[in-house]
Amino acid sequence: MTEKSVKASEIKSDFKYKISKMHGGEKLMRCFQCGTCTSDCPVARFSDTYRPRQIIRMAQLGLKDRVLDSDTLWLCAACFTCTDRCPQDVEVASVIRVLRNLAAEEGHIPQVFKDQCASILESGYAYKIPELKLKKRESSGLPPLPKGNPDSLCKTLRSVDFLKHVERKVE
Amino acid sequence: MKMAQQKFLMFLGCAIPYRVSAFEISARKILGKLDVELVEMPEFNCCGLPLDPVSHEMMLILAARNLALAEEKGLNIITLCPGCAGTLKKVNKMLKGDKALRDEINCHLKEAGLQFKGTVDAKHFMQVLIEDVGLEKIKKSVSKPLAMLKVAEHNGCHILRPKEFIGFDDPEDPKTLKTLIEATGATCLDYMDETECCGAPSVGVSDKVALQLARDKLNHVKNVDAQALITICPFCHIMYDTNELRIEKMFNEVYGIPVLHYPQLLGLAMSIPPEELAFNELRVDSSKILKQVCEAKTNV
Repeated sequence: MTEKSVKASEIKSDFKYKISKMHGGEKLMRCFQCGTCTSDCPVARFSDTYRPRQIIRMAQLGLKDRVLDSDTLWLCAACFTCTDRCPQDVEVASVIRVLRNLAAEEGHIPQVFKDQCASILESGYAYKIPELKLKKRESSGLPPLPKGNPDSLCKTLRSVDFLKHVERKVE
Repeated sequence: MKMAQQKFLMFLGCAIPYRVSAFEISARKILGKLDVELVEMPEFNCCGLPLDPVSHEMMLILAARNLALAEEKGLNIITLCPGCAGTLKKVNKMLKGDKALRDEINCHLKEAGLQFKGTVDAKHFMQVLIEDVGLEKIKKSVSKPLAMLKVAEHNGCHILRPKEFIGFDDPEDPKTLKTLIEATGATCLDYMDETECCGAPSVGVSDKVALQLARDKLNHVKNVDAQALITICPFCHIMYDTNELRIEKMFNEVYGIPVLHYPQLLGLAMSIPPEELAFNELRVDSSKILKQVCEAKTNV
């Protein structure tokens, strides 16, 4: 993430409260920056930019745009090592997920998620399973693949904000 | 003898039918031998995990919808994918413990005539093996102990973490997979950073980071001369098997370590012919260890 100094004007002081109200973000303010998350993070070992401690601190400070606009946010592998080892019980991986959700609300959505969402709405499955695979199941003695129920599924998802967002973007 | 529930609703997930069918073929085979009856899901939608990063709400609805379908069937869910198991477990626990959230999600489900009540459990295949089938029965099913094999295990993350929601084994020192491997007669080797993530979720965002993680693991496994790596997750398997050649080329390494789904290993120990366990679908050549197993004398 960027190294430039923090300007008072870019601090959104209500950002931390917004995060703290979301599932998984409740304990954000408990973090005392010990760095256990970053030192145990498998991705941080090989990435020059992904540092969970830094993301948490930026979220606490209210550096909303820096956090949400950053591609780095999407590097977390969701292994939950940070969550399990945090001495303050901060659900670090869940805070990252909350931040990703907020980024998505603002339109920062990597293509892979749009594709998977479209596929789930169409077939129930996150990937488009080719006809050949279905035939091969038969010859391997596997039972037919359970079918999706797009009508029923779309009914349950009708009022989900994110869906409208993606539907507009996908097609 | 205690009679645990031995009938489950099979939740396949998306990755397995898409590209990891060897796991399904071998798992169905051994579960049949162990008297676990599988009922297919009446209909299917993704567990929700892949969309959690962009919409937690959507993940909750997708998972709850599957739990509601299982409740209608009156059966506990078994999954082969730890991601699916973890998600269904987590959402089950969240909704059971939080009435406001449950009511909110049920409002969505009601639109399709469904309701989450919290009457079923979801378990991963490995948890079913150790808790419902039981180690004794598994040991008894072994007719050809694999004493000639020294292998390494890889649990992956979602079978164990986050601990608060999964509540299975010890994420810092997991024992179940080792125990299950040893039940086949094979030796399970210790190696460095055993609990390290495979990197699969980072594929597509940064292939380089993801493949470096997988390479690190393969290096550690190679260092202890393991003849095979044993996995229980479709995504971990893709990282080490499907991507092994790619990693070798990218980092100028040589591994040749076959990556087996656990039920393939147990299947061999049950004397099931390799062709019935879908060994031909593995990307890394496993003929060397298969030859070793086939040439060994059967001694019960």
